[in-house]
Amino acid sequence: MKIAIASGKGGTGKTTIATSLAHSLAGSIKVWYLDCDVEAPNGHLFLNPIFTEQVDAVIRIPQIQPESCTLCGKCVEVCQFHALAKVAKKILVFNQLCHGCGSCTWNCPEGAIVEIPNPIGVLEAGLTKHGIHFLQGVLTISEPMPTPIIRQLKKWKTPPAQALTLLDAPPGASCSVVETLRGADFALLVTEPTPFGLHDLKQMLGIVDDMHIPCGVVINRDGIGNDQVDKFLAEKQIPVLLRVPFSKELAEGIAAGQTLVDILPDYRQKLQHLFEEIIHLVKVSYAK
Amino acid sequence: MPNNTPKAKQLVILSGKGGTGKTSLCAAFAQLSSQAGEGNHAVFVDADVDAANLSLVLQPSLGQPNEFWGGSLAKVDPALCIGCGACVPVCRYDAIFPDPNRDDQVHWVDPIACDGCAACVYACPVKAISMVRQQEGNWFHSETPYGDLFHAELFPGRENSGKLVTLVKQHARLMAEETQSKIVLVDGPPGIGCPVISACAGADLGLIVTEPGLSGLHDLKRVLSTLQHFRIPSVICINKADLYPEGTLQIEKFAAEQATSIVGRIPFGEEIPKAMLQGTPITEFAPKSHPALAIKDIWENTTRMLFA
Repeated sequence: MKIAIASGKGGTGKTTIATSLAHSLAGSIKVWYLDCDVEAPNGHLFLNPIFTEQVDAVIRIPQIQPESCTLCGKCVEVCQFHALAKVAKKILVFNQLCHGCGSCTWNCPEGAIVEIPNPIGVLEAGLTKHGIHFLQGVLTISEPMPTPIIRQLKKWKTPPAQALTLLDAPPGASCSVVETLRGADFALLVTEPTPFGLHDLKQMLGIVDDMHIPCGVVINRDGIGNDQVDKFLAEKQIPVLLRVPFSKELAEGIAAGQTLVDILPDYRQKLQHLFEEIIHLVKVSYAK
Repeated sequence: MPNNTPKAKQLVILSGKGGTGKTSLCAAFAQLSSQAGEGNHAVFVDADVDAANLSLVLQPSLGQPNEFWGGSLAKVDPALCIGCGACVPVCRYDAIFPDPNRDDQVHWVDPIACDGCAACVYACPVKAISMVRQQEGNWFHSETPYGDLFHAELFPGRENSGKLVTLVKQHARLMAEETQSKIVLVDGPPGIGCPVISACAGADLGLIVTEPGLSGLHDLKRVLSTLQHFRIPSVICINKADLYPEGTLQIEKFAAEQATSIVGRIPFGEEIPKAMLQGTPITEFAPKSHPALAIKDIWENTTRMLFA
């Protein structure tokens, strides 16, 4: 089963919930943790994996073989991303605009294009002391595109069939979040009871609706805001699966790199219960 | 005739990690800029187009929506498709396959997976696939009590957020020129990828809002490296600085190593979420509160560096 943890608004506690859920379940089932927030990956700070594998995340960019190129300009014409341009007697390639789709390669009538891997980040994998399989993608500074790294991270390794995979999503509600959610059985949406939290939660619900993914909500920092998130969720009949009250003790522990289970051992049971509710909701949704 | 008006300075607020307080700070800056007197006003941009929250605090009278048309997605004409499958191997996004709602081999493009590369269009032997342009959001020019706000709403799940950021910034810069504004104030998105790079383009100064703790520091390092890569001078402010003093010390140490100034520390205070609930900048909601006074100092220090 795959559970994606997403939020819309940044800093609502996605990583806190995802790492704490992983921590609480690691003793009883096989847990795979994929940190898909490749621009700002923080899961490792809480689960402390020892990374033993690293590969480049690459985009395959075109390289024009000048001896075969007739400067016909077909590659420039087919590229939807303006990554190729014809100037005087040369075809230029703009690496950072290239999506690595391969269209220019297939459409070159002379077979004059070869593709070379251009690293835009790395994928890393290792184990935590609790036996969690931890995988993360890290976007290289100044590279613009997180989505291909997320795609490669999700394809990199195949967890055993009975494993639980947790996908820690990036903030926002654009293409990188969609890529993280693709193929997930459930979306756990972490929000806070404020106008910002509510606004961005609605954006996220737009995505999970479009993708037909069942979802439930965690209200983090419960008590700091108002009841608008609760009212909205009640109206939409979206279940609130867990509330984490705001406390300085929790804020300090999280700042120091602790999971909820490290700070307050009660959370082990609460999170296990959350997981059981998710299993139930997934079963109900598949039955429909 | 030469234009002697100095160009507006562009200040971009970033954080790497989300939820550190960029928008609350930016809203307070907007309010403070409006206090600076005639000829000192600013134009505001919400560059976090897929989680746009600045308007929730600045409460503008909303301007007309302007359509934002981004890239195109592939679409199969089922009347023309012969089900040969030539499109499938050229798609690197697994976005094209036999339509699951039909029992023949007529293919279908999953719009959620399609990257818009058009490889399938060229691979189709019967020209059954075409590219269809997509409206990916709206942008607005709205008026707030403190000045003009340019903001946008990317439709959920869409691409091209960087392009939309560039678009709203262009309009803001034109407005700044027209009104001879001194500052373009950009509330940036979290992360370090495409919309952040667009938000940074042409910035004169980056203000990084961080918070004490391992995640805040980790992401501060990444966003500072990004700003350094693009040769944008940067300063740091520490939000909720008293919640985890050890973390604040770590940030100070890192800033010293990087020769980057810390322009202020904002203490944790309940006034900040309360101001957000009210939809009012904290500097107006509770001007004498500790967080508001700290933000006023940060505004003064930051603008001094912006015009230095």
